[in-house]
Amino acid sequence: MSTPLTPVITEFWDRQDLYTLDGYRAVGGYTALDKALKTDPDSIIGQVKDSGLRGRGGAGFPTGMKWSFVPQGDGKPHYLVVNADESEPGACKDIPIMMANPHALVEGVIIASYAIRANHAFIYIRGEVPNAIRKVAFAVRQAKDAGLIGKNILGSGFDLDVVVHSGAGAYICGEETALLDSLEGYRGQPRLKPPFPAVAGLYASPTVINNVETIANIPYIVDRGVDWFRQFGTEKSPGFKVFAVSGHVKSPGIYEAPLGITMRELLDYAGGMRDGSEVKFWIPGGSSVPMLTPEHLDLPLTYEAMAEAGTMLGTGTPMVFDQTTSVVKAVTRWLEFYKHESCGKCTPCREGTYWITGVLEKFEHGHGTEGEMETLVNLCGQIAGRSFCALGDAAATPYPAALKYFRDEFEAATHTSADEQFDPVASYVFAAAGAR
Amino acid sequence: MTITNEPSAEIAVPTELVTVIIDGVAIGVPKGTLVIRAAEMLGIEIPRFCDHPLLEPVAACRACLIEIDGVPKPQPACAQVVSDGMQVHTQYSSDVARLAQEGVMEFLLLNHPLDCPVCDKGGECPLQNQAMSIGRPESRFTEEKRTFDKPINVSAQILLDRERCVSCARCTRFADQIAGDPMLELLERGAQQQVGTADDEPFDSYFSGNTIQICPVGALTSATYRFRARPFDLVSVPTSCEHCASGCALRTDYRRSTVTRRLGWDDPQVNEEWNCDKGRFAFAYQQQGRIDWPLVRENGELRTASWPEALAVAARGLQTAGTDTAVLVGGRSTMEDAYAYARFARIALGTDNIDFRARANSEEEREFLAAHVAGTPIKVEYADLEKAPIVLLVAFEPEDESPIVFLRLRKAASNKVSIASVAAGASRGLAKMNGTLVPAKPGEEAAALANLPQDIQQALSQPGAVIMVGERAASAPGALSAAAQLSQQTGAALAWVPRRAGERGALDAGALAGLLPGGRPISDPAARSEVARIWGIQESALPQQGLSGIALHDAVDSGRIRGVVVGGVELCDYPHDAAEALGKVDFIVSLENHHSAVTAMADVVLPVGVVTEKSGTFLDWEGRPRPFGQVFRDAMMNSDAAVLAMLADSMGHSLPGGVNELRAQMGLLGPWTGARATMNPTSASANTDGERLETWRLLLDLGVMQEGDPHLAATARPTVARMSARTAQSHGIGDTATIHGPAGSVTAPVEIDDSMLDSVVWLPMNSEGSRVYRDLGAGHGDVVRLDAGTHAGGLS
Repeated sequence: MSTPLTPVITEFWDRQDLYTLDGYRAVGGYTALDKALKTDPDSIIGQVKDSGLRGRGGAGFPTGMKWSFVPQGDGKPHYLVVNADESEPGACKDIPIMMANPHALVEGVIIASYAIRANHAFIYIRGEVPNAIRKVAFAVRQAKDAGLIGKNILGSGFDLDVVVHSGAGAYICGEETALLDSLEGYRGQPRLKPPFPAVAGLYASPTVINNVETIANIPYIVDRGVDWFRQFGTEKSPGFKVFAVSGHVKSPGIYEAPLGITMRELLDYAGGMRDGSEVKFWIPGGSSVPMLTPEHLDLPLTYEAMAEAGTMLGTGTPMVFDQTTSVVKAVTRWLEFYKHESCGKCTPCREGTYWITGVLEKFEHGHGTEGEMETLVNLCGQIAGRSFCALGDAAATPYPAALKYFRDEFEAATHTSADEQFDPVASYVFAAAGAR
Repeated sequence: MTITNEPSAEIAVPTELVTVIIDGVAIGVPKGTLVIRAAEMLGIEIPRFCDHPLLEPVAACRACLIEIDGVPKPQPACAQVVSDGMQVHTQYSSDVARLAQEGVMEFLLLNHPLDCPVCDKGGECPLQNQAMSIGRPESRFTEEKRTFDKPINVSAQILLDRERCVSCARCTRFADQIAGDPMLELLERGAQQQVGTADDEPFDSYFSGNTIQICPVGALTSATYRFRARPFDLVSVPTSCEHCASGCALRTDYRRSTVTRRLGWDDPQVNEEWNCDKGRFAFAYQQQGRIDWPLVRENGELRTASWPEALAVAARGLQTAGTDTAVLVGGRSTMEDAYAYARFARIALGTDNIDFRARANSEEEREFLAAHVAGTPIKVEYADLEKAPIVLLVAFEPEDESPIVFLRLRKAASNKVSIASVAAGASRGLAKMNGTLVPAKPGEEAAALANLPQDIQQALSQPGAVIMVGERAASAPGALSAAAQLSQQTGAALAWVPRRAGERGALDAGALAGLLPGGRPISDPAARSEVARIWGIQESALPQQGLSGIALHDAVDSGRIRGVVVGGVELCDYPHDAAEALGKVDFIVSLENHHSAVTAMADVVLPVGVVTEKSGTFLDWEGRPRPFGQVFRDAMMNSDAAVLAMLADSMGHSLPGGVNELRAQMGLLGPWTGARATMNPTSASANTDGERLETWRLLLDLGVMQEGDPHLAATARPTVARMSARTAQSHGIGDTATIHGPAGSVTAPVEIDDSMLDSVVWLPMNSEGSRVYRDLGAGHGDVVRLDAGTHAGGLS
């Protein structure tokens, strides 16, 4: 009855040599590239459009549509940029993909570049994960040596150069225009839009920016077809997703399943909650999306169902927390993250995260006031929709949802510290006795 | 004869209008207008910090959020372009907009120290004002503010208080987009974000003071003005800048008869809103070390005298000298004062020996000015630079010599105007204008003009092309002839850009031998009679063509000139030894406000006022009048014209010196419409032997009008000897070089610049350690000798 897992990108992760060209080829790698290079680029864009693939970086924008925005025949160089700056608290899917199956990414990069007529692609990887950077750089080098990247790839006449670029430790550089600034050598801060990157992106030229997982999907869609892809998932959220489950579960990890699987099912795959514990709250995809409660465990994990529940699928990397967790403390940690990572460009995000964090820290220590509970809602409202980019919106997300579901905890935090309410040791995943 | 020919009004180009409805009021605005500008046109003021009409939108501060029908989120009015039928709701008709703006204002004040009572900006502060209009009366913020060390120097002159900063990025964008000196940057992130500079790399910009003026809070202050006054205690007077021929509109603020600061004022046709640091900070000279009373030399010593006595002594001395006299007018004279000198020379002294060019000059230049510049209407204006296919700079370094021309050329360059410069090397300024170098050995600019690259030649033939020649063209034989010829051949407009504020006005006022006011040739009978009629004298009473430039110097040096009237001249500005020559003159009258080499040898010193003590007019390089009023109405000082009127009176001539009378007389004369003097083309000298000196005056140097502000002086560029690596190598030169001239040598640190032609060395003309006329006895284009100096040779 339960939804089966559908390992595609993750299918052969038990192969020790999958990260090598030979290993990848042994499981059918680079056959999609062969097919793609014999196809008209526009029909690849059409295929991706028809597949309904939506961006896996969090926003869920239709990938094929993004590609079709690139003006063709404009005489300018085009660029493909892969956003591999995975830094969202709770998100851990792109880095495993890059470590275990980097050639799927590389193959996707070549096909996508071919489709949008880019002769230059960049993979911008979070600087704190040198092992992932090494794996991808190695895969790119192997692909180059095998003639899969370079001049006249496989006799198609298509030229491509791929650059693996390391970020320098700023969450904001996961925002696509800040990433472009950073890639160009400037301080990473989001750019004013319009112009949009599809028209004037990297070096003021048409640029497509896609998430790692999105691009890693491409070879499989091209190889196996649109109908195959659409048999998974729902009408509006077709395909499968690399879900990375973390938190107080027995077997945290990567579970690739069709979109539309429920959190309860994913929890089962993850071995259920640790002994003696139950779900208190969970977030579907990174700290930037509002939290949900056990009553939402049976909702399908799709873009549309999550939106209906007042949250977002986000990166599709659920974090599950049990009853040992202080909501006040969790929200405070997240806000401290946003305060630290706010780029400073716009006032609401820069000052708002500073202020909210200060107030939340008072709650954490049991010094909040009733009035401040409302002030915080108000402050989040002064950020959401008013900031320059989505970082501010994200920062305004955790608190209102937390207050909605766990008001009593904030009320208690007006007199009792979070550590007195919840033994911090009990919430550690390695806590000896498990949950209290 | 003030030039009143305004450039012909441009035919209005029909612009596509779109209708936007703001708070229920419809207005048609040109396509592409920003919502915030459209609202301004309706008188609806939307709060803003980062927005500045002359800077690219950044939409960072979010103070201007407005609601647009059909758009889910509030949008920044400063970056939102209007579209037809757009319905905009500002804080006046939308709670969403009002609450968004209030929220941003509340956020902005969190980490702001709220130290208004001790802040320079208090009273004229956009943050203060907008906090009053859109802020909450009481703060909800009770947490700790973030703090920084303060103030920190971003340059010797500019101080930064990072706590007050609201991160609007106006200063950083100005530095990058307008000045082209992107040394100011935002650093760090989140609430720790701060303006700063790289270590050991200060905000080295001639335009740094503008950042203070556009800072919407008190984060940037100047060492000169910091803590000196409160804005509401100041009296503000619109003025014009006396430092160069850019013609900036200024605002002079004073308190208790002391100028406290000067600001760049808004004149879209000229300086937009900017000015340079010299114009902003160099005003201490106006008050320090002034000569208050007339002085008369007795037994070799100057002593204080009464006005009647001093005037009588001066009149007697000059009358004794008869017509063997001359007048030297400084380049900072107002047009009215220069006119008074011109008239005084011709009537009271009966001589045409007059020259306003207190610098290197030539007979070729005099002829060039007479033929092409004097009394002509505006031929090229600032706006033309932005539309030109090409602007060719000849012996002209705009960043140093006319900084606002530089800013406009930078703007033009970003509009795809190509800039080319005839010089020995590509200067930092040329790089900032994205310009190309037309290499020319110093003194051989004429040859380069005769052999311009094909593409430049072609571009100059397109309509709207401009050639700009600078003051050092006078040091390059044939350069001005070649420029005039090039202009004639290609049809490119020719603009002469003098360095000093008063030169163009003095030229048009007739303060140059052979030229009566309005560009009238003194040899032309019709011109003579026009002037004689207005001056109320017989035509025959006007002198014949006199001496100027080197010829005048030689006449003085030979003792033939017996009496000289000098108005505001620094003798060290002449390439030749003017002090020695003047020493041979029997009788010298000096009109001055500070002691100088001239007053040291003058027989009579008559004190005159500085710009704050009189009204007057400068003609900028365009020929545009820049009139200004008297700042200190109760000043006791007379203008040069008023003193000359008294002196003439003592000599039996009635020459009224009131500024209104002078202006009326100049107006009656008007510009000369008859045949213009022609120019005898001077051929280029081709002497390629030896090392040549390229030199010009840096914007900030040892000029006397920059005295008194140590912070400004500390921002001057250090003296270097610039040369190519090959030149250095061939002379065995390492880190320092010694440049030898006939009079001595200059030793300076070497800056290798491979854009420089070989066998050329560049030195600043009048900077610390490098006063080339005095130290070398050489000027621009002269042959010098190079070696590694005393350090490299060791003891051998």
